[in-house]
Amino acid sequence: MDLNYSPEELAFRDEVRTFMETKLPKDIAQKVKTKKNLTKEDQERWHAALNEAGYLNAHWPTDFGGKGWNAIQRDIFDVESEAAGGPRVVPFGLNMLAPVLHAFGSKEQQDHYLPRILDGTDWWCQGYSEPGAGSDLASLKMSAVLDDSGENYIVNGQKTWTTLGQHADWIFCLVRTSNEGKPQEGISFLLIDMNTPGVEVRPIILLEGTHEVNEVWFTDVKVPVANRVGEENKGWTIAKYLLVHERSGIACVGDALASLDHLKHIAEDQKKDGKALAEDPFFAARLAQIEIDISAMRTTNMRVQQAGMEGKEIGPQVSQLKITGTVLRQSINDLTRRALGPYAMPFVSEALEGGSNAETFGPDYANPLAADYFNHRKTSIYGGSNEIQRNIIAKMTLS
Amino acid sequence: MNFNHTEERQMLADMAERFVRENLSIDDRHKAASRDDGFSRERFAEMAELGLVGALFSEEAGGFGGTGFDIAVVFEALGKGLVTEPFLPSLLAGTALAKAGRTDDVEAIASGEALYAFAHGEPSSRYTLEHVSTTAKKAGDGYTLGGNKAVVLGGTTADHLVVSARTSGSVDDADGISLFLVDAKSDGVHIRGYSTIDGYPAAEIALKDAAAELIGDEGLAIETIRAVNSTGALAVSAEALGAIEVCIYMTMDYLKTRTQFGRPIGTFQALQHRMVDMMGEREQIRSAVINAAGHLLGDQRDWHVSAAKNLIGRSGRMIAEESIQMHGGIAMTWEYAVAHYAKRVIMIDHLFGDVDHHLEQIIKLGRAA
Repeated sequence: MDLNYSPEELAFRDEVRTFMETKLPKDIAQKVKTKKNLTKEDQERWHAALNEAGYLNAHWPTDFGGKGWNAIQRDIFDVESEAAGGPRVVPFGLNMLAPVLHAFGSKEQQDHYLPRILDGTDWWCQGYSEPGAGSDLASLKMSAVLDDSGENYIVNGQKTWTTLGQHADWIFCLVRTSNEGKPQEGISFLLIDMNTPGVEVRPIILLEGTHEVNEVWFTDVKVPVANRVGEENKGWTIAKYLLVHERSGIACVGDALASLDHLKHIAEDQKKDGKALAEDPFFAARLAQIEIDISAMRTTNMRVQQAGMEGKEIGPQVSQLKITGTVLRQSINDLTRRALGPYAMPFVSEALEGGSNAETFGPDYANPLAADYFNHRKTSIYGGSNEIQRNIIAKMTLS
Repeated sequence: MNFNHTEERQMLADMAERFVRENLSIDDRHKAASRDDGFSRERFAEMAELGLVGALFSEEAGGFGGTGFDIAVVFEALGKGLVTEPFLPSLLAGTALAKAGRTDDVEAIASGEALYAFAHGEPSSRYTLEHVSTTAKKAGDGYTLGGNKAVVLGGTTADHLVVSARTSGSVDDADGISLFLVDAKSDGVHIRGYSTIDGYPAAEIALKDAAAELIGDEGLAIETIRAVNSTGALAVSAEALGAIEVCIYMTMDYLKTRTQFGRPIGTFQALQHRMVDMMGEREQIRSAVINAAGHLLGDQRDWHVSAAKNLIGRSGRMIAEESIQMHGGIAMTWEYAVAHYAKRVIMIDHLFGDVDHHLEQIIKLGRAA
């Protein structure tokens, strides 16, 4: 064990810092730091900058152009990027579909889709959940039936919670291709062009008024059989692979550290009885508790990632990191809203838009923070709710 | 001791509940909150007509209720409908005016014919009641005020403002604070309105040589301000209780009807125990609200109000967050009502002192005793 960074690791950190200073667009970093909504164009510019430096697919296997980073390097990149105000990459193409194509895609599929993910030609979204299939994902009903020619599936049904589906060109879906046997045994993995007739995206407005997620409706949508990844009725294996194998950012360590930093800044600026709130013993105790937890989580995250790269079974630990990471992130959100006192209340939603000049009330950092607290309640629900993660851990360790 | 309401108060509670149930669906509520005023003037007039505002004040003050229990039953009902009509601003201003013996003003509030707001908090006061930097200067028979007031509930639509200002002493002194009545439409009063994240109208108010009339004794308003704050804290604690009841009802219903893995999710023990814990905390909150209501006019007011408000901040948060979590994604949507109840419960923590502020009050009172 050695908790000191090696000279190579320090050099890598400098390289990443230099990249953030020179290549991360300042206007985008400013939006991230002031918690403004990013446009599709912002995300595309950021992805392009990362792609140019080879960072966009650094997590991919080296055979597919990845950099073969170890857990320490991944941590360094995550923490430096978040500290600089780098947006989280949109994960659906890069971190979800790409690993599936690496492992299960045909050569044609890999050659066609992977470059388009990297250069931004295709914006992907995820079609997993349905209104009746949330935690019980395997009960999904959206059907894909072969037409008479045998060359196309005809897809009917509805997906929901489709994050950024309003921007997407393509959606990868779990669909039902058989009702025989166990529900898991009749699922296939299908790539669907959102511009196909019969695909309709309807917005879902979240509790704080933002539009991130959507319903996607499919009515007699014709999808070439060639768009199926892997064998028919083997989609559940792919879905499970995805759950376990691309979880490197799941603890969101960099995001937690950057948010903690923001909270500390607020706690110095806010006054209680003439002194900085950070000096209030009640508040200071809560802040200290969070710092302890983040410090431990950061090491857990690196330990688990490293073990995974060494080929060890890390399923339960990955699920644990999802729970610890989201709960910790939510506790930072909670303390941040409380730091504002009465100024947590005023809310001007228009001011969340990048170019908005809408007047806000209270300290300049206040407006988005209660909304951010409410919005982050989603993190313990999505990506397999924390209850489902506990089921996974229990199943793998108790039975 | 007796834990049943008098017949009269039970009638008040039933009437308030019935009105909210019959007139304030979540859609009605959103429609009202999205108006320029942030509420429906017609509905507020109707509710005042029924006596729901008058019930907040004692007979000698110009109402026909005014005990902690009267306030609690009305606000619990308001919490069940997330009512944005200006009950809370009326209660705060009316309580201050009642202490100053301004019966005519209280009667105007109780009948719903005029809207009043209580402008006390300032941009840097946080929850410290003594922190007043707004100043009052003698001018002829009256005064003029200068300073800034923050997050004034109902500030946008008020006809009259009850404003705290310093007639002597320095910021954070308990002595030297006075209360004034200011015509909201007069020169020197600049009001910038907005909605809070849970949908209630509020405003920032800048005062510049605003003409003001002193109410109560000069320099001795701090006790009145403390009473107003405690009354407000009790009211929103009861309101939070009403919202919590809805959270629990909706979550319970969802657990019984939402099916995953071939059975209602309420059959899973992992959720059952958490639902049971939520109900246990709800009972704690109900008792704390009863304690605070019963002591509102007594000498243990501060301890019991702080206890209730701390519990709302702590257990109320747990119930609000768990209600969302146990529903799952659906509770993250604007369209599903439980999200709005959860938001109200959470934001009530930011009114009249949060969970830590009241914990600190309890510690101070404990050491003083």
